[in-house]
Amino acid sequence: MRRWGLLAKEALSQTLTFARFFCLFHVTNHYLWSPTLVFGPSMLPTLNLTGDVILAEYVSHRVGRVGPGDIVFVRSPVDPNKIVTKRIVGVEGDRVTYFKPRNGDTCHTVVVPKGHVWIQGDNLYASRDSRQFGPVPYGLIEGKAFFRYFHPLLYLLVTEVQLKPDMGLGRRSFSHGLNWLE
Amino acid sequence: MCRCILGEISNMAAHNFLWSLTKNCFTFGLIGLTVSDRYASIVPVRGSSMSPTFNPTTDSFMGSLSDDHVLMEKFCLQKYKFSHGDVIVFCSPSNHKEKHVKRIIGLPGDWIGTPMTNDVVKVPNGHCWVEGDNPSSSLDSRSFGPIPLGLVKGRVTHILWPPQRVRHVERKNHQNRHSPS
Repeated sequence: MRRWGLLAKEALSQTLTFARFFCLFHVTNHYLWSPTLVFGPSMLPTLNLTGDVILAEYVSHRVGRVGPGDIVFVRSPVDPNKIVTKRIVGVEGDRVTYFKPRNGDTCHTVVVPKGHVWIQGDNLYASRDSRQFGPVPYGLIEGKAFFRYFHPLLYLLVTEVQLKPDMGLGRRSFSHGLNWLE
Repeated sequence: MCRCILGEISNMAAHNFLWSLTKNCFTFGLIGLTVSDRYASIVPVRGSSMSPTFNPTTDSFMGSLSDDHVLMEKFCLQKYKFSHGDVIVFCSPSNHKEKHVKRIIGLPGDWIGTPMTNDVVKVPNGHCWVEGDNPSSSLDSRSFGPIPLGLVKGRVTHILWPPQRVRHVERKNHQNRHSPS
């Protein structure tokens, strides 16, 4: 009987240790920073087509310190299961002028409404962003990217898994190495 | 000499006690934060915009103690699957610091008739149409339009506080309001 009691106590303490680590992991991942693998053509000169590991931090959007020029993770307003990486172009009250490459060269100007931000990809020709779905509410911002790491091996690994050969991979050169995102 | 050693020991005991107290507080804080982030949390409901369902009587004497406190579950956020009549908590689209509690009237693809302007609006992909149960004092989709589902923070399932009002929150369908496209 005493043996079982000891065993139960041991199991409880192990579970508690595990729970503590899990919770610490969750809190670090949600409130401080976490690495994310991003892919897709919409941020092309800044981020590669695939194989970039981005470090994102989750402090500045909570205290309201993200502004024009920051690369942010935004929960897509079109599909809430997706998170997209874009650059903030304008915040509330800003006047934003944009053009859609497929619609000729006509420019449009909008004023970003209260509590919203205007997001665009760096690659204007292959990005689905505020030019299609309009300004997005600030509450959809999930984090801010601040550091990028590219490794060719990782690139190969991801390419095998996710991308089809017709995406023009052979012709691209990569921006290598580590750098801070501006 | 003896007294000095005793003092040292009691000092160490106090130190140990403080240290373990801090450690326990930290652990429970972490666990609480994780649970409220991932699984469920308790939120107070202010104002009368959901009036027959929450806060049926506004009692200024009791202040915030008489406000309803509700249980919000977050499992629905894994797939963002909702149905008509769910009561949800979401960030206001015009101010991300404010949270609102409203009922889902329309889901993507529905046509919603607005009684005030007699317009028919289609809810776009990834959005939903929310309204309060008390149309006369509710700031909802009738003023700011459909909201993205990504703003939703959780689904309300139970009322927990005032003890005499503990109950399950039902889905309530307004069949006449939406028509699937």
